[in-house]
Amino acid sequence: MELIFEKSRPGRRAVVFDPLDVPEATLPPALCREEPAALPEVGELDVVRHFSRLSQRNFGIDTHFYPLGSCTMKYNPKMAEAVAAHPGFLALHPHLASAPAMWPLCQGAFELIFELERLLAGIAGMRQVSLQPIAGAHGELTGTLMIAAYHREKGNARDTILIPDSAHGTNPASAAIAGFKVVEVPSLPDGTLDPEAFRKALNESVAGVMMTCPNTHGLFEPRVREIAQMAHETDALMYYDGANLNAIIGECRPGDLGFDVMHFNLHKTFATPHGMGGPGSGPVGVGERLEAFLPGPRVVRDGNAFGLASPPRSIGRISAFFGNFLIAVRAYAYILHLGGDGLRQVAHNAVLNANYVYARLKDLFEPAFDGPFMHECVFSAAPLAKHGVHALDIAKALLDRGFHAPTVYFPLTVKESLMIEPTETESKETLDAFCDAMAEIARLAAREPETLHAAPVTLPVGRLDEVRAARELNCRV
Amino acid sequence: MSFVPVTPVEQAEMLATIGLTKIEALFQHIPESLRATSWDVPPGQSEMAVRARLAQLAGHGDGTRICFLGGGYYDHFVPAAVDALASRGEFATAYTPYQPEAAQGTLQSIYEYQSAVCRLTGMDFANASLYDGGTAVFEAATMAVRLTRRQHIVCHDSLNPLYREILETHTANLGLELLDGDDPAGAACVIVQNPAFLGDVRDFAPLAQRCHEAGALLIMSFYPLSLGLLKTPGAMGADIAVAEGQSLGVPLSFGGPYLGILTTRKEHVRRMPGRLAAATEDAQGRRGFVLTLQAREQHIRREKAMSNICSNEALIALRALIYLCLLGKEGLREAAAHCHAKAEFLKRRLSFARLLNPGPTFNEFAIRLPRKAQEVCAALAEQGYLAGLPLSAVGRGEETDLLVAVTEQRTRAQLDAFAEALARACR
Amino acid sequence: MNFPEGLKYTREHEWIRDDGGDVYTVGITEHAAEQLGDVTYVELPEPGLVLDQGQPAGAVESVKAASDVYAPIGGHVSEINQELERRPELVNTSPYNDGWFFKIAEGNLREFDTLMSSTEYTRFVEDLDE
Repeated sequence: MELIFEKSRPGRRAVVFDPLDVPEATLPPALCREEPAALPEVGELDVVRHFSRLSQRNFGIDTHFYPLGSCTMKYNPKMAEAVAAHPGFLALHPHLASAPAMWPLCQGAFELIFELERLLAGIAGMRQVSLQPIAGAHGELTGTLMIAAYHREKGNARDTILIPDSAHGTNPASAAIAGFKVVEVPSLPDGTLDPEAFRKALNESVAGVMMTCPNTHGLFEPRVREIAQMAHETDALMYYDGANLNAIIGECRPGDLGFDVMHFNLHKTFATPHGMGGPGSGPVGVGERLEAFLPGPRVVRDGNAFGLASPPRSIGRISAFFGNFLIAVRAYAYILHLGGDGLRQVAHNAVLNANYVYARLKDLFEPAFDGPFMHECVFSAAPLAKHGVHALDIAKALLDRGFHAPTVYFPLTVKESLMIEPTETESKETLDAFCDAMAEIARLAAREPETLHAAPVTLPVGRLDEVRAARELNCRV
Repeated sequence: MSFVPVTPVEQAEMLATIGLTKIEALFQHIPESLRATSWDVPPGQSEMAVRARLAQLAGHGDGTRICFLGGGYYDHFVPAAVDALASRGEFATAYTPYQPEAAQGTLQSIYEYQSAVCRLTGMDFANASLYDGGTAVFEAATMAVRLTRRQHIVCHDSLNPLYREILETHTANLGLELLDGDDPAGAACVIVQNPAFLGDVRDFAPLAQRCHEAGALLIMSFYPLSLGLLKTPGAMGADIAVAEGQSLGVPLSFGGPYLGILTTRKEHVRRMPGRLAAATEDAQGRRGFVLTLQAREQHIRREKAMSNICSNEALIALRALIYLCLLGKEGLREAAAHCHAKAEFLKRRLSFARLLNPGPTFNEFAIRLPRKAQEVCAALAEQGYLAGLPLSAVGRGEETDLLVAVTEQRTRAQLDAFAEALARACR
Repeated sequence: MNFPEGLKYTREHEWIRDDGGDVYTVGITEHAAEQLGDVTYVELPEPGLVLDQGQPAGAVESVKAASDVYAPIGGHVSEINQELERRPELVNTSPYNDGWFFKIAEGNLREFDTLMSSTEYTRFVEDLDE
């Protein structure tokens, strides 16, 4: 398909402004660019066709089953889109929050932020929540910065964060970006964190522990409270990565499990769309120990009005205003719509769907662990290597069959990993069709592996030469 | 209501396949002592009720007034086609393009976005997006620290004070030193902004040269729409140029989602944070696009990654791309020229106030009023205006100082009426 | 897999050859190259850099992986293989010859002697695979 730049015709225009109704003004030439930027010269229909056609070269939840493990690709209700498109939200200038004189003009937005923070705190068993972090990884960074501030305040010399080897890459990256050393703690063969290894790794230099529960193996960490107790005895704080909150919402709360700080992925658990990789939203929740360190300023209630104040030992602004506000609007609408019972049903049916897929596939592919799995199940394609078939081939063959692939090659702890997260919004017939396709692929792997190596053949392009891309680095025209 | 399509009959069948009879049994391995101690989320409401509630919140306060408020975030025109195209489910409900064959729409759009941003800025490489303008400054600063192995960062007074605050929060535990001024000696970088937070337009080429002589990098935060007219960061010799991309077709939305733009020169691309798309071919020689240099990123490099960023602002980058295509080469110049001309027109109508900018400005300028700026803003809000940003509220001026921004959306009649209203409020 | 006799090996999968005259050549092993897959980029140390044993001295990247390259012994960098900038694939096609990374002069002979032999490294790699 042509690039939009290749459709450019000199002199063609889409948006044209009204003639200037004030005198023209000029800037000194030394401050101006010499040539206009070489942007495409196209008509509005050129643009509309180009991007409509580009969109058709994508798999999305609206068009395809998308069982991408660890990413919670569930249906994003259109109602949430409608409320986020309200002109009263879209036109709201963020600097209205900067001066108390203008606060009366943004009371509705303040109320929404206040209410959503309160609801999220209740859902997670946390004392307070801040919507400031812009994405999950940004929430992790915010959380680790609060942990650093806590120890600095107490005069503790702590420079290390403990992280299980099954963690998302963002955990060690966030801890390192916050200025910590990272020590990896191994998992047991059953896929849960090794408490003995944890005990050995825990010492006076450890500032905190980052855990995901259920972890990225799809398993609930049964010794999580014991681990939290050990950590707290040394004044190390417990961080909960909320990536997999969808599995336990309404059943367990991170605060009750012993966590001091966490992030939510509103774009996962609370059904806001993933937008090809973003925007997301990564609010942080804190318990008693970190309440005073939350980012500020934050929305507070003062009688019937809402205003702003900063917590006493706030780490400061982690984003300019209140994070990705429109994502918060969507999440708020979603929580109001589902309510307490609906949210519990989310966890129930997410876990049901994953276990159903597991039950149907466990004799066809090698389970990476014995389970019991929560919202996702992990298989290893390693036994198929004898036929020359790899996880990547399975992924591509699924694309040909109209399904997005599961997450492959993550978690790193499992060889040839296939990580399947069906989510609660998929029907039984979709899951059955997916499992049938997986069964067919398993048969082909043994009998006609070459057909899998050729996949995908039904899409606009076949497998692309990534080595060439990295060596040539053609990243623009 | 939970968007669960499985019927009770199907649920029973599925449980039977699993070997269970009750859905609660799926959770029985979690000890009772680890279960939620309370669960008091209110009952669900219908779509109709929820939408009514949200409409009430959206209307309460009503910040939709004739806008002269800027401070880094501007009330620019957004063509309808931006919303129509960017809201397509095939874009909005896709995820990170980990399977490139099933995400060519996403990947080609990133490649086109990178191309448009490079053409706009005169820089060599642009990444696929960061969170917003403030966090992009932090990413650029740590990139400079990696490249120079130096430990102090110099912030020029042109920089948005919010960005400066965000930089402080993010670097609090890194052992870096944040200094003010423009002395590059021994520094990893000097961070400037053009136009400045207070509106001044400068040529930072001489400072870039001084930085390079001292072995430091020049980081420039720019205002994307202003580059319809202004000299580019590339032409001034910036090593890393970052921006808040909100001016490119993104509504104000009370602070987000916005768009962090980050660009750099060829020699620094491997130290750049964030995703990057590249063109390549399949076995049949068809052009296609993939994510590249992923070994810099957190999912591979973990604690040694260039950044921890995972989710970015891809859908907002798409908006910016569509906006830049709709305006095109001439339209962007026109939009910038109109912003500038209208701001100059208003500036001349405000002779009762003292202009605080010593030199040229683009579409924003600072004035000193005979009265407290917050009082003036409150008074003008009554008359349907957002008069500007009281500068003392962000720590950048006296209580009487106001930062006024003008976009292409303002008409001459609005400018005249606003000038009069402001004059009245100051009497 | 080929781990030539006469070279010494590290647990981080570098090889090092004594070229005589107090100069040593360093690269990564065929095992390391195969684990990485097609190499797309090699970052080399600056000539003249003084290295301690085990100090990071560069990095090697493929599409799906990246790893640091460490100095097998102390010394200073006397020469780097600039051809790798243009042709990183040499690391895959010729790991012990054209795909060398850098040379160390005035290398620490005592440290050199403590490194693994071909036989020892072969066993080390076999153990890893299990």
